[in-house]
Amino acid sequence: MIAIIDYGMGNLRSVQKGFERIGFAAEVTADPARLLAAEKIVLPGVGAFRDCIHNLEQGGFVEPILQVIAEGRPFLGICLGLQLLFSESEEFGRHKGLGVIPGRVVRFPEGMQEQGEKLPVPHMGWNQISLKAETPLFKGIQDNSNVYFVHSYYVKPDDPTAIAATCNYGLEFCAAIRKDNLMATQFHPEKSQGIGLQMLKNFAEMKG
Amino acid sequence: MLTRRIIPCLDVTGGRVVKGVQFLELRDAGDPVEIAEAYDQQGADELTFLDITASSDGRDTMVDVVRRTAERVFMPLTVGGGIRVVEDIRRMLNAGADKVSINTAAVDRPEFVNEAAERFGSQCTVVAIDARQVPGEQRWEVYTHGGRKPTGIDVVEWATRMESFGAGEILLTSMDRDGTKDGYDLALTRAVVDAVSIPVIASGGVGNLEHLYDGFSIAGASACLAASIFHFRQHTVQEAKQYLQGRGVPVRMV
Repeated sequence: MIAIIDYGMGNLRSVQKGFERIGFAAEVTADPARLLAAEKIVLPGVGAFRDCIHNLEQGGFVEPILQVIAEGRPFLGICLGLQLLFSESEEFGRHKGLGVIPGRVVRFPEGMQEQGEKLPVPHMGWNQISLKAETPLFKGIQDNSNVYFVHSYYVKPDDPTAIAATCNYGLEFCAAIRKDNLMATQFHPEKSQGIGLQMLKNFAEMKG
Repeated sequence: MLTRRIIPCLDVTGGRVVKGVQFLELRDAGDPVEIAEAYDQQGADELTFLDITASSDGRDTMVDVVRRTAERVFMPLTVGGGIRVVEDIRRMLNAGADKVSINTAAVDRPEFVNEAAERFGSQCTVVAIDARQVPGEQRWEVYTHGGRKPTGIDVVEWATRMESFGAGEILLTSMDRDGTKDGYDLALTRAVVDAVSIPVIASGGVGNLEHLYDGFSIAGASACLAASIFHFRQHTVQEAKQYLQGRGVPVRMV
């Protein structure tokens, strides 16, 4: 069973419908016990880092998440679900994250430009990912594929070998990480049409 | 490189897609879910549904349209029209929308935009601005209630203010151009693009593919919204993108 963690943030239905579309059942759950019973876990998330971490703590999810990752169960973080894995974020002050991946979450700098036009923040829309490391998630995915992003902050892992893909927006930033069976993307596979559904399928087909 | 987005817009009332000229003379253009799927196939980058009835019973119909669409189409979906309270946003997001656009309610109570951004994030908080040019001047006034009611608010000031309240994107419609096929109001769009740091979607007046090019290259829009040229099969989204790519605009080809 694939469990999608529901901690009161954002649109979880799209992730669930994405799995259903490719023939896999996924359960949206607010119960940490269901998370511990799952073979695979998805941590989605939109909104503010501070609120998300707070809700994870309040929902009793922090220990179970750390446990399933330590056990090596396939785990997919999406967007804020990537950022939450890091040590700390500078969004609205400084906030500690789950600390699974050493590194920080920082904002895109002000005043970025490209070809004489300023680059708006949030980074919103379809951009190309450059694949940097082998991961089951990217099986059959071509380099420079377009995927859908919407974010104002990006992650900076201390260990560059954790980077699975990068993307360019004013600067080159980390678009995905992987560490054993832990994978996380800054972009939204569930909003990236066929390419995104392929990634969800790759994840669903992983052996635990 | 971030690609420029093409966003078909579906005006929906009573569960059907319609399109009018300057908000009048509505023509039936089909079933929203079927049309959404067709645009998905053509490589649209996002979809926007505008609920132009926005009565309370119409709202239930809209939630259903969003739900059925989100089951079949896996790209970003924005819903606007009649979004007035936090609960409206929650319903639309739970139905499968990724963003909501707030128009009249933002003018009535700007703090609502702040509440939406704090609760659901700036990434899903779009502020829609209906603009009309002040006759004889290079400035524009915000209108509400589907473009019928003047507010006396300056569009550029309003866009800046909405950004500071946490809006993640501006959907900017020229009411002077809407439905005319004369092209976007490029001066209006450029003025707002230059004033804010968030993405701006150009809307209102697109009649041919060159208008899309102008919206991106002259006005600097992050995205171009269009309805008629796609609904009535004048062009496919794919044709639009081939044209834009040929003229050097970065677009996503599928």
